[in-house]
Amino acid sequence: MTTPGAAGAPPGGRWRRLAGPQNRTLWFWAFVGPFALGLIVFTYVPLGWSVYLSFFDAHNTVSPTDFVGFDNYTSMLRNDAFTDSLWTFVVFTAFIVPTTFVLSLSLALMVNRMRRAQAFLRSVFFLPAACSYVVAALIWKMSLFNGVRFGLANTVLGWFGAEQTAWLSTTDPPWYWLVIVTVRLWLQAGFYMILFLAGLQRISPTLYEAAAVDGARPGWQVLRHITLPQLRATSVAVALLLVINAFQAFDEFYNLLSDSRGYPPYARPPLVYLYYTALGQGQNLGLGSAGAVLLALIIAVVTVGQARWFGLGRKED
Amino acid sequence: MTISRRTLLASGAALGLLTACGSNTGRDGGGSGGKGPKLSQWYHQYGEPGTEEAVKRYAAAYDKADVSVQWRPGNYDEQTAAALLTESGPDVFEVNGPTLDQIQGGQVVDLTDLFDGVKDDFNPVALAPKTHDGRIWSIPQVVDMQVLYYRKSLLSDAGRRPPTTLDELVDTAKELTRDKAKGLFLGNDGGAGALGGTPLYAAGLTLVTDDGRVGFDDPAAARALAALRTLYEDKSLLLGAPSDWSDPSAFVQELTAMQWSGLWALPAVRKAFGDDFGVLPFPAAGSGGKPSVPVGAYGAAVSARTRHKKEAKDFVKWLWIDRTDHQRDFALSYGFHIPARLSLAKKADALTEGAAADAVRYSTEHGYAEPLLWTPASRVAYQDALSRIIKSGANPESELKSVVRKVSAELERVKKKSS
Repeated sequence: MTTPGAAGAPPGGRWRRLAGPQNRTLWFWAFVGPFALGLIVFTYVPLGWSVYLSFFDAHNTVSPTDFVGFDNYTSMLRNDAFTDSLWTFVVFTAFIVPTTFVLSLSLALMVNRMRRAQAFLRSVFFLPAACSYVVAALIWKMSLFNGVRFGLANTVLGWFGAEQTAWLSTTDPPWYWLVIVTVRLWLQAGFYMILFLAGLQRISPTLYEAAAVDGARPGWQVLRHITLPQLRATSVAVALLLVINAFQAFDEFYNLLSDSRGYPPYARPPLVYLYYTALGQGQNLGLGSAGAVLLALIIAVVTVGQARWFGLGRKED
Repeated sequence: MTISRRTLLASGAALGLLTACGSNTGRDGGGSGGKGPKLSQWYHQYGEPGTEEAVKRYAAAYDKADVSVQWRPGNYDEQTAAALLTESGPDVFEVNGPTLDQIQGGQVVDLTDLFDGVKDDFNPVALAPKTHDGRIWSIPQVVDMQVLYYRKSLLSDAGRRPPTTLDELVDTAKELTRDKAKGLFLGNDGGAGALGGTPLYAAGLTLVTDDGRVGFDDPAAARALAALRTLYEDKSLLLGAPSDWSDPSAFVQELTAMQWSGLWALPAVRKAFGDDFGVLPFPAAGSGGKPSVPVGAYGAAVSARTRHKKEAKDFVKWLWIDRTDHQRDFALSYGFHIPARLSLAKKADALTEGAAADAVRYSTEHGYAEPLLWTPASRVAYQDALSRIIKSGANPESELKSVVRKVSAELERVKKKSS
């Protein structure tokens, strides 16, 4: 057997070697290449550029010359509007993640027990997931929760003699959270219900039968000791996805609360704040990038911590 | 030859990639075509029917360049700001500014020499925020202003005169608030966005002084803003209306007895109520106060990245300085704006009678424009504080103190840049 590249190798030997056995390397790059290229061009280059910008005074320019070191970072961290936005986000996540989790799990448990019309109910609850955040936010803002007497919420309250409430403009009590949270619950509960349903249907019936034989009472005991442990993998995935989705919250906040003159100082999550800083009329791309880098670091730490804690990707025994 | 499935897929993918890279930016590099170089001109979307056709007609009538108009709905300020960073932006564009950072960043072209001999014919209040260090950076197209609309019949039924002071406005709004309708609509955010600096000017103050310092470091400012809080606390304000303050719908649908809106809303209001409405400036606040109305102007600017600087300048001069017939048509035939040229404004019949005449008079007597030094960062800091004062009952003095600090820092920054 001759080694490739030896004196008598056929022409194109190097090409052969690059292409790999049965052209596998070639095909690997043919399929992965475009995606990797897109990832580099549209994700990693902008990411790196954003880090670069964050060290410059970059007003209205993406090729700045005025190096300022960590000034953008210190002013962002001292900026109470930015730190407030982080708190807004923490409060929002602390509420929306458990609520969506419990709601979608309950929906899944209920739908799973249905003997008839299961497919119908599954579709009904899943349907909102197909609706756009923007459209749903506008419906919530303009017809369900508008502040005048003919809004749906105010009409219903009017039957009981309550006076009209400006849901999105009232900060004491913070009614705007009701609007923001309900729109997101409506939109995403159905999607996570489907994930839970899939998990539920994978649980072997023999487990339940064995539990029944052992005298486990149906209801809480079975749920606590059979269903939930068996749903662990699904639950971890759902919790992670919920947190990531909460990090990305922008659409419904922006469409519910912004107006032509800007955004109110409450319920302003970091992405909305950075959008106005970097891409609004201010065009302070350096400061906005610094904020984005800080936010990315926070997200990375939280996600890695969460994955560690839940043991995501660990081999199940 | 036969085409294998792989070849087909591969060529399809290649074609897809190629076409995805192409883009039509509405302009090109060369000077081809019969009409000279291609220029791209951007406008924000005007609500009034006919405006788009009109600006396209003007562009087509220009014979020294091939001007293509882009009509851009959506967040226009953000779109232009982003487009100016790249080569694919417009050559000539309409802008609610330009901002100080756009000027200092060299993104727009100095247009001062186009104003030779006609500078005095432009509305000075509208021209001031287009001027920095004596150079002019955009040509005001039309002047817009905001006023307080009120229903004459509702006020007289309640035995009220049109309010001339801020305290009277607070009382009147409370008086007019009924079960079905509120007294006053200042926008769904309670006035923080729509009013902006107007209450400060009504208190006899300014946003930024002529020598570039904070203009509202004064107890009168806190008192004026506290009155807005009273309006909110009294539940006199309409909040959460389906359409915001810039649209007269809330007023026309009788959800409110008074509304802060733009002059552009006047035709719709007149159509709904005939003569049963009037307009007022924002009333004077406190003893040193005077009425105030905000005045602003969209201007035509030339991007510094254009490849045809001279041609682009020639075009804006032709349209917004030489062709007064187009300017009059643009200001008066579609929406309801005041021409930016004093000579045209004087001759405009639509602006000489009724509520429109009052509004125009307010704009000359009480008009103020946000100074160029009032940068977006300052505006956000102030607007946040105003919102907290109105809605959450934050202490106006301490809120204003922190705004003054932030605005001073911002003024320092831009001053350093221009020196």
